[in-house]
Amino acid sequence: MQGIKRFINQLRAKSPWLLHFDCGSCNGCDIEILACLTPVYDVERFGIIHVGNPFHADLLLTSGTVNHRNKKVLANLYSQMPSPKIVVAIGACGLSGGIFREAYNVVGGIDKVIPVDVYVPGCPPKPEAIIDGVVLGLGKLQAPQERNGERKEA
Amino acid sequence: MRKTVIPFGPQHPVLPEPIHLKLTVEDERIIEAIPNLGYVHRGLERLADIRDFHQMIQVVERVCGICSVIHALCYCQGIEEIMGVEVPPRARYLRVMWSELHRIQSHLLWLGLFADSFGFESLFMQFWRVREKIMDISEATTGNRVIVSVNVIGGVRRNPDPEQIRWVLAQIDWVEAELQRLEDTMLEDYTVKKRTVGKGVLTRQQAYELGAVGPVLRGSGVAQDARQTGYAAYGELHFEPVVETDGDCYARNKVRFRETLASIDLIRRAIHRLPDGEVRTKIKGIKPPQGETVNRVEQPRGELLYYLKGSGQKTLDRVRIRTPTFANIPPLLVMLPGHFLSDVPVVTLSIDPCISCTER
Amino acid sequence: MREEIMAVSAEALVGEVAKLKVLGYRLVTLSCTELDASNLDILYHFDKDLGLKHLRLTAPKAAAVPSISPVYFAALLVENEIQDFFGLRFEGLVVDYRGTLYLEEEALKTPYCRFSLRSADQREGPAAALDAETNHPNAEKF
Ligand code: SF4
Repeated sequence: MQGIKRFINQLRAKSPWLLHFDCGSCNGCDIEILACLTPVYDVERFGIIHVGNPFHADLLLTSGTVNHRNKKVLANLYSQMPSPKIVVAIGACGLSGGIFREAYNVVGGIDKVIPVDVYVPGCPPKPEAIIDGVVLGLGKLQAPQERNGERKEA
Repeated sequence: MRKTVIPFGPQHPVLPEPIHLKLTVEDERIIEAIPNLGYVHRGLERLADIRDFHQMIQVVERVCGICSVIHALCYCQGIEEIMGVEVPPRARYLRVMWSELHRIQSHLLWLGLFADSFGFESLFMQFWRVREKIMDISEATTGNRVIVSVNVIGGVRRNPDPEQIRWVLAQIDWVEAELQRLEDTMLEDYTVKKRTVGKGVLTRQQAYELGAVGPVLRGSGVAQDARQTGYAAYGELHFEPVVETDGDCYARNKVRFRETLASIDLIRRAIHRLPDGEVRTKIKGIKPPQGETVNRVEQPRGELLYYLKGSGQKTLDRVRIRTPTFANIPPLLVMLPGHFLSDVPVVTLSIDPCISCTER
Repeated sequence: MREEIMAVSAEALVGEVAKLKVLGYRLVTLSCTELDASNLDILYHFDKDLGLKHLRLTAPKAAAVPSISPVYFAALLVENEIQDFFGLRFEGLVVDYRGTLYLEEEALKTPYCRFSLRSADQREGPAAALDAETNHPNAEKF
């Protein structure tokens, strides 16, 4: 069993499927995330596929601030994703609310609602930084399970 | 026949942003569409209370990352008008250059997404590949790819040197050549026409009365473009709006494609006439803005209006932003009924929705 | 402002707007500003051949303003927006969101009104903090 689990985890990190959700972002971060998918940056060479369905996704990329209306959508998407799941928050807004932190309809960063694994700073971060964040997230996708496995074996 | 209500969004693969449409359908046909907004609402007009009028430039740039230069331009022009600040000619021409670069980048982005909305993924990739060149130009001339922050009250922040200008010219030549290669596919391809011709028709009369702006208005045959008012240096560049008459998705597609080429031309003309000199007027010592003004500029998506009111304080009393998508949503609600459910992504995207603009 | 501004009363509003529509004007938008504790200032912007024309209405917060959305369908979103932001009522809206176009229950009501009917201490959370900051006489510390 353990062997199979480890095998699956290895494969998961080889081809992670990614879901992008835009909370109240200004679009700056979104288009940089989309730019990652296009020929110049081309994250598909890492096996990363952009899907629209939370039930298929391993990675959740979120950009922008959480507000009172979209926090339910965000929590919903997160709960629909199968575990293990990794959340990557993109941009100053996703980290803390950024330039909008004092606005009345802003709750704050993504981590006010769901747990975040990787923070990518910048306004907006460059595609290279986003790819870096995703790769960091992939490491986390693999690591805890392996540790669990070892402990049980021992 | 029984009516069904189908929610479209807020998380949908073809939409990069959350908008929620409540579609009432009968069989497969839509009979009513009601928008449900508020997923991106931040309330940033109200930030004018705590940020001073210089800091507000950074805030208004983040109304929308795709057309940030033009937001800042409109805001700065408004403040300059109230304060009576004269902008140096070189800065006016540079503002045109950066605005048009942003327009090209936004239109290419849209052309790609539009191709994706009817499932032509390789065309999407092609447009975004070309778009990266524009992003490179932005990065080289201003220091950032998306939110470039070059406009300040009284001029612009950066002054590209002659060598850089020559490089920009060479790059946009490349972009033009690449676009001409794609023109045939985007405008003549059988599948593209099949999905767009006759879809989402808006007559000239409807478009005007519903307050449509930008390519939606011009796609229906009304030759109106805020650049005709001649702000910045457009008055000296013999600007002509691009007009199509069919009013369907294909016409809007064509308007945007031709506008992209026209923008390349405008950049060239602006660069050839680029005067020498200062790029920024000092505004130290002038009193903070007192009075009110309405300023309009043309964004990639249409006419943008800022209403600014100040009372001689460091913070403004009111910053009101009317963005183009806000004006284009009522026409969308009129366009959708009568179409099949499968046409909704194409028709919705044809107005180039920018939700973060709409809700601010 | 460079363009002409014409003052209108709430009763004459719909008539004036209908007249402009016959003349071939396009509705650009409405801009609402708070004047003092009980009055709002609404500007109606119209456009014809790239020339602007404005109507100015001073509306008391408590009274409802007639909606122009039956004349110009395009006014529906912006009138709903003003309902959200300023708590003003528009009578006869084609689609009425009743103040929930943008805002959820927990966000403060009428966020654009500095002078609220409720006192500041009844609010809580970030809203109250924002209010305290904005009412501060020298808001330059940012
Ligand atoms: S971090 Fe900056 S670019 Fe990204 S959504 Fe926020 S304001 Fe926009």
